[in-house]
Amino acid sequence: MSRGIALLLIATTAAAFLLSLLLPWSSIVGLLRQDTSLATAVFVELRLPRALLALIYGVTLGASGAAIQALFANPLASPDLTGTTSGAALGAVVTAYLLEFSAPLALSGGAVVGALGALGLLLALAGPRAETSTLLLAGLAISALAGALTTLALALAPSPFAFYDAYDWLMGSLVDRSLGQAVFAFVPALVSTILLLRLVPALDSLALGEESAQAMGYDIRRTRLWVVALSALGVGGCVAICGAIGFIGLVAPIFARRLTRGHPGRAIVPAGLIGGALLLAADLTVRAAPVGRTLPIGVVTAMLGAPFFLFLVVRMRRSLAA
Amino acid sequence: MTSLLEARGIAIPGRLEATDLQCGGGEMIAVIGPNGAGKTSLLRALAEIELDRGRVAVAGEEVAGTPPARRMRLLSFLPATRALVWPISARDVIGLGLPVHDRARVDEMLDLLELGPLADRPVNSLSTGERSRVLFARVLAARPKLLLLDEPLSNLDPYWVLTTLSILRNAVSETNCAVLASLHNLEQVSAFDRVLLVDGGRIVADRRPNEMLASDELAQAFRVERKGSGWMIRGKISPEAGRQSSQ
Repeated sequence: MSRGIALLLIATTAAAFLLSLLLPWSSIVGLLRQDTSLATAVFVELRLPRALLALIYGVTLGASGAAIQALFANPLASPDLTGTTSGAALGAVVTAYLLEFSAPLALSGGAVVGALGALGLLLALAGPRAETSTLLLAGLAISALAGALTTLALALAPSPFAFYDAYDWLMGSLVDRSLGQAVFAFVPALVSTILLLRLVPALDSLALGEESAQAMGYDIRRTRLWVVALSALGVGGCVAICGAIGFIGLVAPIFARRLTRGHPGRAIVPAGLIGGALLLAADLTVRAAPVGRTLPIGVVTAMLGAPFFLFLVVRMRRSLAA
Repeated sequence: MTSLLEARGIAIPGRLEATDLQCGGGEMIAVIGPNGAGKTSLLRALAEIELDRGRVAVAGEEVAGTPPARRMRLLSFLPATRALVWPISARDVIGLGLPVHDRARVDEMLDLLELGPLADRPVNSLSTGERSRVLFARVLAARPKLLLLDEPLSNLDPYWVLTTLSILRNAVSETNCAVLASLHNLEQVSAFDRVLLVDGGRIVADRRPNEMLASDELAQAFRVERKGSGWMIRGKISPEAGRQSSQ
């Protein structure tokens, strides 16, 4: 990746972040004229957490998506298609509604455990270098199971409002989160992303196959455990606060590898930046949508991501036929 | 004088019994044996890809615990599979074999293996034979002291079989490195200095090529014997006889 492209990527992500803070411009200017403290409150308590969460969640999905794809040597592996996000959602729902722990730390912990369980199960079911069909089938089964268990947990929950309460959150939402909650997503996301960067050389060498990477002195078994644990930590932490948001973790690494000339490991950084920009853009779309009320952001990413996923499937089928 | 490769008691449970092996610099060694005999396991154990017991030292340096940048100079391993998933260019794949970026060395390897026209093509769009050459270039790039090659000559046409063997011979005489290569074609062993016969997870014979081809151990392990210029299934009088008896 050349320096120019790197700067362009950083600038785009930063611009999306600033736009998210400042738009709509007129209402901030209007508030500033009337009441400065109210304008500050809107800025700090509404817009800043929302923009921060979009950035943090997007970066986490992009970076861990790239790491998971590099690990499974498969461009269709991603946190949502492998069931990681559903597992995290299940963990958080069980913690919140069945065990009735409402502390944010407990919620995050539950989500991380759920994500770990899902990724661990996937490794056990599909194997370390899974073929696309095995990987997607195993991921599908895990997602379906986690989804069903989530519904079951909500049905068994003592609170009669559990379904209503959880629905909005499960579809993914960045609205009405506090700065404190943003910090709760930020810490695990930061730790996970920074530690994932240490795995870049190992994941790049894994492009030559597991045996070659191992012969070059990279401990691939340990790398695998790290990727699973760190992805679960980052994604789990974000899911606990913002619910499940799909497709960013699939799409961002695919674009990122075009910038790294196909290298899967060093795509982690650009995938993080692209993921952040994409989720910020999706959130701006949600706000600009002329429907008079807030759409769940997960709906927007899925509506844009699913056709892209289908396009990938068709292209893969063509290349297999050729 | 210490030898270039010193392996003591290397073993993989169920596939490779505890094995000692030494070889000197400048030696080209062929590893032969029937299917499933443990050729790949021997090479994998020497590369410390999976090693449960024993230790391997190259040029007096312990391989275990050596960081990747150093280890690439000590040994490199060519796996039997030529599968590559990611659309990385041939040039970049060769670069992955170098601890530091070295464009001149990559260009040199591209020339050596006549890969110039393919240099910027993604490797997953190349033919198996072309990919073999790219991966072979990757293995040579860092000038390692020990080359561990799992079936380097399969998928290659006769021109590239001969070229690969002469590239190896040059590397061995120029840098005094050593080569261990597993082979399936018994005719190819004559290009090597020494032949290891592997059977049942252990080295059963270690001889010069001509002695190995005439040896009893080889006939026993492969269940074939030399007749004139070709090979026959052991105990069968002629290929025709073999065909009749299997009907």
